Amino acid sequence: MAQILQRKRLVPNIHLLEVHAPEIAKKCRPGQFVIVMPDEKGERIPLTISDWDPGRGSVSAVFMVVGTSTHKLSLLEAGDELPVYVGPLGMPSEIKNYGRVLCAGGCFGIGAVYPVARALREAGNEVITLLDVKANYLLYWEDKFRKLSDKFFVSSRDSAYNCKDYIPRVLKDIIRQEDLDRVYAVGCTYLIYTCAEATRPKGVKTVVSLNPIMVDGTGMCGACRVTVDGKTKFACVDGPDFDGHQIDWQELFARRKSYFEDEIHSLKAWEKESYP
Amino acid sequence: MAENKKIMPPEMKERLRQEFNQEWRKELRKSVPAKERMKSKRQKMPERAAELRNKDFVEVNLGLNAEQAQEEARRCLDCANPQCVMGCPVGIDIPTFIKLIEIGDFEKSVRKIKETNSLPSVCGRVCPQEAQCESMCNLKKAIGVPVAIGNLERFAADYENSAGKTFIPKIPKPTGHKVAILGAGPAGLTVAGELAKKGHKVTIFEALHVAGGVLAYGIPEFRLPKSILLSEMAYLEKLGVEFRMNFVVGMTASMDDLREDGYCAFFIGTGAGLPNFMRIPGENLIGVYSANEYLTRVNLMKAYLFPEYDTPVFPGKRAAVFGGGNVAMDSVRTAKRLGAETAAIIYRRSRAEMPAREEEVHHAEEEGIEFHFLTAPIRFIGDDNHHLKAMECLKMELGEPDSSGRRRPVPIEGSEFIEEIDLAVVSIGNSPNPLISQVTPGLKVGKWGNVEVDWDTMETSIKGVYAGGDIIRGGATVILAMGDARVAAGEIEKYLESLDNGS
Repeated sequence: MAQILQRKRLVPNIHLLEVHAPEIAKKCRPGQFVIVMPDEKGERIPLTISDWDPGRGSVSAVFMVVGTSTHKLSLLEAGDELPVYVGPLGMPSEIKNYGRVLCAGGCFGIGAVYPVARALREAGNEVITLLDVKANYLLYWEDKFRKLSDKFFVSSRDSAYNCKDYIPRVLKDIIRQEDLDRVYAVGCTYLIYTCAEATRPKGVKTVVSLNPIMVDGTGMCGACRVTVDGKTKFACVDGPDFDGHQIDWQELFARRKSYFEDEIHSLKAWEKESYP
Repeated sequence: MAENKKIMPPEMKERLRQEFNQEWRKELRKSVPAKERMKSKRQKMPERAAELRNKDFVEVNLGLNAEQAQEEARRCLDCANPQCVMGCPVGIDIPTFIKLIEIGDFEKSVRKIKETNSLPSVCGRVCPQEAQCESMCNLKKAIGVPVAIGNLERFAADYENSAGKTFIPKIPKPTGHKVAILGAGPAGLTVAGELAKKGHKVTIFEALHVAGGVLAYGIPEFRLPKSILLSEMAYLEKLGVEFRMNFVVGMTASMDDLREDGYCAFFIGTGAGLPNFMRIPGENLIGVYSANEYLTRVNLMKAYLFPEYDTPVFPGKRAAVFGGGNVAMDSVRTAKRLGAETAAIIYRRSRAEMPAREEEVHHAEEEGIEFHFLTAPIRFIGDDNHHLKAMECLKMELGEPDSSGRRRPVPIEGSEFIEEIDLAVVSIGNSPNPLISQVTPGLKVGKWGNVEVDWDTMETSIKGVYAGGDIIRGGATVILAMGDARVAAGEIEKYLESLDNGS
C-alpha cells in the first residue's frame, strides 16, 4: 500500500497526486511512469511522473479525470492508501544537449512534460515551452515553466495568452521563426499526433510520450503494443517515448478506444452506485 | 534442459527406506495383500457438470472425499522401490503420504508432503501427474491404471486448509542472513518457503499486486481458486516470509541496491513474462490478445466480474485460441465461460502433438470447445474501425519430425480459407522476461534471453545469485520451476553457510 500525501485539483478535471514512495523517488527519471490502482477493484492505469522529491520520499503525477479509475482517484485524499503504486516504469526520456528544444504539453501532459523540460534545460538546451489549453483557466504550473523556459507560449482557444489558436498551427509558426533541433510532446494522443504532423514537413525530430492502454506495465501482456517503423513495440518497456514520425497513428487511435463502450458502462455503473 | 536423474540419489533412498521400514507400514502392507489392492478401481475425481460449469468460474474438480481418498490410497502397493518418487521433480515421499491417508492420518500426510513441497494444494491441481509421478507408478505398469497420486495430494492439502489447522514447523533461531527473491511465482515461493524454514530472513519482491505469479494471473479460477493461493501465501507468511508487492527489482531498486540493504543471496524467479506473437498481418487489431493479457484481465483483474471490477475484456461471440498447450486450454475455456457462442482451438499440428494435459483437453471437449487441428492462421482481417472480424487460415499436413520430435506441420497449397471471428487469443508460448537481465550487468543470458545457470547448482554467472523456473527454461511447468527452486534453495543454504565460515 502506498499512502497519498496530497491530492489536489489543479484546474477543473485535472488533479495532482503526490504519493509516499521513497524507493521510486530515489530512482525515477524524466519520462518514466507509475502504474496506479485507485482501489482493489480498480484498473491498473499508467500515469506519467511529473515530479519527485527524494528528500520527502514522494512522487507526483498529474492526471485528468476520464474514466472510473481516474474518477475514483480524484476523490481520494491525503492519508488514503493506494493498493498499487508501482514504478518507475518505462525507459527514461533521452536527455542530451541537442541545442534548441521545444517541449509541448496539453492537459495532463503539462505536468508530464515538466520534468523532461527541466532536465533538458539542465543539460544545457535552450528550452521553448508550448502548452496547450482550451481556455486560460485550465492552465497550471505557469510559474514553474516560465522559470525554466527561454521562451514560453500558450496556445489557447481564448485570447488570454499569446497564441489564440490550436497547438499544431502555433507549432508550425514557431518552426518558421526558430530552428528547432528537437521537439518533445506529451498529452492526449490527438495532441501529440498533431504535433508530430506539424513537424513532419521540416523533418524536425519529434519524440512523443505515448499513453496507450496498459495492464501490468512491465512487458508481460502486450496490451500497449504499438507499431513503430513497421515493427510492433511494447510502449511500457520499449517506450513510452517514440519517434512521432514513425508511429502508426491510426492504429494507436483505434487501440486507445478499444474499450470505449465498456468505459462508459463502467462509469455509469460506478456513478449509479456512488450517487444513487 | 536438465533431465530427471534416473538413479535415485542415496539421500532420497535413505529417506524413503526409513519410512518404508516403520512398523505401521509393515503391518499395513501385510493387512491387505497386493492382489487385493490391485482389484479396486481408481476413484473418479468428482466434477461439476459440463453444461453448468462452462457458464461460470467456479472450480471444475470437486476433490475426493475422505472415503474416496482412503479407498484410492488403498490401491497403492507401497512398493519397496517406489518409482513414482523419481517422477516427482520435488521428490515428495509419495508412498508415505499415501499410506498416511489410508490409515486416516490426514494431518501427518500433508506434513509429509510439505517436507519437500511448499504448495501441495496448487500442485495437486495443476501438475501434469500423468506425465510425472503417475507415469512411473508400478501399478500402471501392472494393470495400466496408476494410483491417482495428484488427486490424493490435493485431498491431503485441502483437508489441512479446510480444517484450518495448518501445521507450522518450528523455525530455528534467525541466522541473520537476508535473502531476496525476485518474483512471487511457484519458483520464488518454493525457495522462500525452504529458506524461511532454515531461519533465514526471506523477502519476496513482486511486481504485481497479488502474489502467485502465473498461479495468480494465468491459471483461471475454475482450475485453481484464488482462495487456495491465499491460504498458501498465509502459510508462507507464518513461516516468516515477507512479501514486498508492487516492487520491480531492476526498476524500483537494483540488485546492487538490495545488496546495500543487506541482502546477501538472490533468487531470480521472474518467469516467462514476454508473450510471443505469431508475427502475421493484423495481429494488433482490437480483439487480438496475447494469452497473458487475456488471462491477466480475467484472472488477476477480475474482468469476469466487470463492471463490479473496473477492468474490461472483450467477451467475443466467435472466439479462436491459437496454440495447443495448457494456457490455450485455459484461454478457450475462459472465452466459453464469458459467453462465446463458438470457442475453438486452432492448432497447426494434430491432437497427438498437443502439449496440453489430457485432462484439460477432455474437460474442454466436454464444455463444448471446438478443435481445429492442422490449421494455421496466416492473417487477421479487420473492419473499418480496426476491430477484428475474420481470420484467414491454411490447412496443414504432418511431415517429418522436427527437432522437438514432433511431426512438422507442412502447409497444403491452395487450402486457404476465411472464417469470421471477433476474438483471438494468441497462446503460442512466452519468452523469459527480459527486464532483469537488461538492467543487471554481468548476468549472462542465453540465446532465447533465458538467464544462464549451472544446472547442478542453479547459480547464475553472478556469485550468490541463483535462478530457476521459466526465466531459465522459457515456458515450462509449475512443478519444474519448483524442482529448480528446491535445488536452488539447497545451494543457497550451502552458500550462506560458506559466508558464515568466512570462505
